[in-house]
Amino acid sequence: MLPAMLQFLLHGLTVLLLPPLLPGLIAKTKALMAGRKGPPVLQLYYDLAKLARKRAVFSRTTTWVFLAGPVGGVAAVLVASCLVPFGHTPAPVSFQGDVILFAYLFGLARFLTILSALDTGSSFEGMGAAREATFSALAEPALFLGFAALAKANASLSLGTMLAFPGSLTARFTGPLILILAGWVIVYLVENSRIPVDDPNTHLELTMIHEVMVLDHSGRPFALVLYGASLKLLVLGALILTPALPRAPQAWQNWLAFYAALAGLAVGVGLVESSMARFRMTKVPQFLVAGVLATAFAFLLMLV
Amino acid sequence: MSLYLLALLAAAVSGVPGLFLRRRGGEVAAGLLGLAALLGLTAALRVLAGGAGGTLLLRTAALGAPGLLVLDPLAAFFSIPVLLLSFCGGLYGVGYWEGHRGHTPILCLVFGLLTASLLMLVMASHALTFLLAWEGMAIAAFLLVMAEDREAETRRAGWIYLAATHTGTLFLFAAFALLAKVQGHWGFGALPAGLAATPGGTALFALFLLGFGFKAGVLPLHFWLPPAHAAAPSHVSALMSGVMLKMGILGIVRFLSWVPDPPSWWGGTLVALGALSGILGVAFALGQHDLKRLLAYHSIENIGIILLGLGLGTLGKATGHPVMQVLGFAGALLHVVNHSLFKGLLFLSAGSVLHATGTRDLERLGGLGRTMPWTSGAFLAGSWAICGLPPLNGFVSEWLIYLGAFRGLGLELGLGRQAWPLVILVSLALIGALALACFAKAFGAAFLGLPRTQAAEQAPESPRTMLLPMGLLALACLAIGVVPALFAPALERVVGVLSGGALGGGTLAGGETLMALAPLRMLTWAAVILALLALLLGRWLRLVPQGRDLPTWDCGYAAADARMQYTASSFADGLVRGLRWALRPVAHLPRVAGWFPHPARYESHVPDPALDRAASPALQLAVRGAGLLRVAQGGALPVYLLYVLLTLLALLVWMVA
Repeated sequence: MLPAMLQFLLHGLTVLLLPPLLPGLIAKTKALMAGRKGPPVLQLYYDLAKLARKRAVFSRTTTWVFLAGPVGGVAAVLVASCLVPFGHTPAPVSFQGDVILFAYLFGLARFLTILSALDTGSSFEGMGAAREATFSALAEPALFLGFAALAKANASLSLGTMLAFPGSLTARFTGPLILILAGWVIVYLVENSRIPVDDPNTHLELTMIHEVMVLDHSGRPFALVLYGASLKLLVLGALILTPALPRAPQAWQNWLAFYAALAGLAVGVGLVESSMARFRMTKVPQFLVAGVLATAFAFLLMLV
Repeated sequence: MSLYLLALLAAAVSGVPGLFLRRRGGEVAAGLLGLAALLGLTAALRVLAGGAGGTLLLRTAALGAPGLLVLDPLAAFFSIPVLLLSFCGGLYGVGYWEGHRGHTPILCLVFGLLTASLLMLVMASHALTFLLAWEGMAIAAFLLVMAEDREAETRRAGWIYLAATHTGTLFLFAAFALLAKVQGHWGFGALPAGLAATPGGTALFALFLLGFGFKAGVLPLHFWLPPAHAAAPSHVSALMSGVMLKMGILGIVRFLSWVPDPPSWWGGTLVALGALSGILGVAFALGQHDLKRLLAYHSIENIGIILLGLGLGTLGKATGHPVMQVLGFAGALLHVVNHSLFKGLLFLSAGSVLHATGTRDLERLGGLGRTMPWTSGAFLAGSWAICGLPPLNGFVSEWLIYLGAFRGLGLELGLGRQAWPLVILVSLALIGALALACFAKAFGAAFLGLPRTQAAEQAPESPRTMLLPMGLLALACLAIGVVPALFAPALERVVGVLSGGALGGGTLAGGETLMALAPLRMLTWAAVILALLALLLGRWLRLVPQGRDLPTWDCGYAAADARMQYTASSFADGLVRGLRWALRPVAHLPRVAGWFPHPARYESHVPDPALDRAASPALQLAVRGAGLLRVAQGGALPVYLLYVLLTLLALLVWMVA
């Protein structure tokens, strides 16, 4: 076992340094699938470094709320990242009920991002904000039904134990677990604004969700927005990867397994994006309801 | 006790000096209400800290009751929001009513009387005092709703409210009569074990639920609530929504505390009603573009959350699971206080907007954040709290209920009850997400972006007397949210009273304290880290030079104006459409015809089906039925005297026989 201090350090460094790699991996996968060379995997690091040096431009309509979006978004997700275990390594902070705090911290990040979009007075950003609020209202029940199913199975209210327990999987939980993960992958795609819900690469503002909410951000605030988005890919990724990973005897093996799975997840998202188009906006709620139903069935299976 | 009675007296007479003073009557009233708050809070906190309460006895054998007014932990707990909000409301009223012509001193007087009735109501431990205070509260609130009775809308709202509250009272009369018949006196106290399972117990539960449900605004008995809250002056709305609705909850809580062995279906009923009120309450709120109506529907939603907690606690009590009982009741009770704090704050800031712009219509506001920074901050704090987002107080109470429900999932509740914790979880999650959408809409439309009208553009910030109460309430929200552990011992004591029997006396079964069940201290750490990170990142943003005075990027179009802005209705449109089976929105589409169509208007709103389709027709039917009785009412005095004589004779014959 690695000493606890080292584990925490590794956790913190992963949270701070790793996230920008994930969008790079996704983009690279998409490029290779399309037969292009694509930007370097580290592109987002370069972008962040560039944005950090640039002047920020603010619309005269905006107030301090405009900055609360990027700041609050990153701060809330950073706090949430302390609660989630990365694979079968302990979460730095763990207590009964942290699972609810985790979900509501994401709510806080979303609330501030929406307000920051509305602060510009732009109709496009208002549109994106409205879509974000609408779709996430459907994602929330799926998330909580999944938590409920896991809590039912192992009577824990702490993310650390709740997510890690299927690692010592018995056959009885395999079916429900697959359903939970199916539902949560949908939540993952929605929360991270990926295809088939949202297309991060589109150039038509009318059809975007997340990208259109940050049209007015520039310089360092925009760097925070981009970093926050990649952070969400990591933290929510840990949420869906941890229950799926087998438990290894050595700590370093667990870390390696987590990093490998994370890379696999990014490649998987890239493959999904390469193989299908974005849904029409009206189809998105149906997709989300599918996620809710999957997790609801998982809970029912846990009951029997 | 005597301190508390002094507080009650101070509140009752707070408006009297204003009747005689030429000016500064409002300030004197606010001062007296402040004195009442000081005295009352001292008394209440002393009781909650474990001190002895007190009982006011009236030496009449005829009443045959243990006491008329009792200051127990439950009363002390419920009196806290009353005292805080009435003081804040009184102070706020000074600025709000400035320049308001007409009967301001009378309204000040009635405001004090309303506070006094509320203070008496929380202590009432006898059907007589309870109903007296209840009626005092109902009538005082009616007079306050009617403050701007020159407007037809206000008069309609007032009469609907009066009819609804008296229908509720009617059920209460029946309930108390039945209660007196069961226990042989009119006092309040523990009911015998086994009663709850009998038809009499069922009838009591149903009658109390109906009577108190009207007051609390439980769906579908809520129909009086949105118009009344929208029409009343804003600090009265704050007191009504923050405190008066809670008296319905107080009633249900009192009743539950008397029953040692509630059947589990009571818990199920409470959960079902809570889920219905919670989800539909916030759904209807999404459809509103009148700021105060929107807030009123959110009160229904929050009553739903409180009922979810009470239902969870009752289920735990019925099935013998103290964990669910403690967490459910604790969450529900804390949410009572929390909701009065943040809803009071929201109504006061909405009133501030109304005061400055003269409109409650979200589509006519916008951009107030720049001209009214303090009000905007207050409204943001209230929205933050009501959405249950950490680190404000709304999160703490919802978290407790969540914890109880999650714990309940793993417990053996018996067939058919296993689903209730899940219902609570999913409802809370859905309510949370919808509330977030609704308050993003309300705050965004009113305070962010470009001003949509000239009135919004030139709105002045409110005077200090209005801002101070808002700041006070916002601080209270922050305090409970950041250091909830500080308030846990008091909460434990009240939960002990409510749980009765097994958990009486403040210590909980199996040594499981609230603090052990819910690690509240961790929330403090989360709040501190969150604040530090936000400060750090905010600092980092300011280190580079910034460019200003440029237009918003509107995809290449440089002259975007307020008319192109996304409206509140458009923001909520997706969700309202998704919920149209329940909300039934009405849209007036413009008729566009010919080659050169005239300017057209589009309008949409979400009417209240409970009022338009159920309550109004029922009332009309009742009026028509009452018309039949009019035959007996000739209007001539001798005829009425004859009725009296005949009744007396009949009674005499009956007594002799």
